[in-house]
Amino acid sequence: MNTSLSEYPSSSVNLIVNEQAHQLSVRDHWTLLDVLRDVLELTGSKRGCDRGECGSCTVLLDGVPVYSCQILALQSQGKTVITIEGLSQNGVMTALQQAFLDNDGGQCGYCTPGFVISSLALLRDNPNPTDKEICDALSGNICRCNAYGRIIESVRSASGRN
Amino acid sequence: MSTFRYYEPESVAEVVSALKDNVNSSVIGGGSDLLSEIKNGTTKPNVLLGLSRIDDLKRITATDTEVRIGSMVTINAVSSDPVIKRDYGALSEASAGLATPQIRNVGTLGGNLNQRPRCWYYRNPLIDCLKKGGTKCYALGGHTKYLCVTEGERCYIVHPSDTAVALSLFSAEIEIASAGDIRRIPIGSFFVSPSENILRETILGPDEFVTAVYLPSHAPESRHMSKYIKARERQSGDFALVSVGISLKVSSGTIQACNICFGGIAPTPYRSIQMEKYLVNRSVENLDVSYAAGLAISDPKPFPDNEYKVTLATNLVKKALSDLICDL
Repeated sequence: MNTSLSEYPSSSVNLIVNEQAHQLSVRDHWTLLDVLRDVLELTGSKRGCDRGECGSCTVLLDGVPVYSCQILALQSQGKTVITIEGLSQNGVMTALQQAFLDNDGGQCGYCTPGFVISSLALLRDNPNPTDKEICDALSGNICRCNAYGRIIESVRSASGRN
Repeated sequence: MSTFRYYEPESVAEVVSALKDNVNSSVIGGGSDLLSEIKNGTTKPNVLLGLSRIDDLKRITATDTEVRIGSMVTINAVSSDPVIKRDYGALSEASAGLATPQIRNVGTLGGNLNQRPRCWYYRNPLIDCLKKGGTKCYALGGHTKYLCVTEGERCYIVHPSDTAVALSLFSAEIEIASAGDIRRIPIGSFFVSPSENILRETILGPDEFVTAVYLPSHAPESRHMSKYIKARERQSGDFALVSVGISLKVSSGTIQACNICFGGIAPTPYRSIQMEKYLVNRSVENLDVSYAAGLAISDPKPFPDNEYKVTLATNLVKKALSDLICDL
């Protein structure tokens, strides 16, 4: 393979985003978040810190929560991505999303998509989490409005033990 | 973010030759640390080599004599592996408690060992410190709360890796690939102090990368018990203020073997040889844990705003040792 440097390297990447297959031409240095927001115009995943610290860009990559700002689009080659836009069906929110709404689990709302995605992975693997398990699963997401109590209540109420 | 070319070689040999052919190239694991560095402008690679096509780097395999963890095994896979949990508990605990769930899902063992220091003068792209080839350490006379309390020389970083501390308890070996060669070295020789090379934290040359970590297997009767404790300001996402790993082999009430290693206090994982020596051959029955813990750091030289680390190291190791003895 020729590894010499071209001026603006770009490559092709295949992604399945919210059950839709895409073949995209991307710059090598674009992150998965860049592609989701700027190419596919799925702006539900937020760019907060852009350093893998705040969690507002969290998506499911092959089923597990990752910071989409801190992974290259090309590292996601061939993988499935679920963003917040992939949850509701025909405009009807999932029970988890409804629980965030009912419990006022979002304040300014910027972190909410990330919290919902992390909660989705938790409840899929563990439908009846303890409060500690909820806190552990959400420990990679930061809410600067400090709505943690209501976020935890939202997940608790969406779980099987509400 | 500065631009670079990304591609994924099919073999270890291809990675090594690409590293050699491309000046200023780098391997990338999960990318959690490297992409931050590139975004901050503290490193500007021209070529990034993804390792995910090389299956051999993504496996944990065990034989009668050793366990091999490929460098691309995720931190989450390390923490949840049943053999690692059973035989190398401190490594499992260190992995389970580092960073955040999202980082543990993509972060790799190789990446964790090769992450760069967190010193905020080093991380600031506007500051040209000694570690970046500059002429001055800005920590001197600056903020040193998170920096080292021993073995600093011209540069006062701490190594941020939790897994490095845990691996140091188990005679781990690091496998390194370079042109035409694969070699294994003890983990104690892998990390280098600023006094040896101020620009790098490991012995890796520009054309080399880590392919695996090996841990010796032990028969059940000679296994060590171990523990890893980490003190940090927040419950998640934080690097250690101080961390300690300890492994013990006790038989008939006497400590037969003991390894103690600290994170957060020195530029490399800090083995407390003096404390280990004190503990070996002692009876656990009348052990003076406080005295032993007082030996933790042989010659501490804290800055005025990180003296707390000396107290913290002493108290953490006291807790870790007491907990292990209570579990007997």
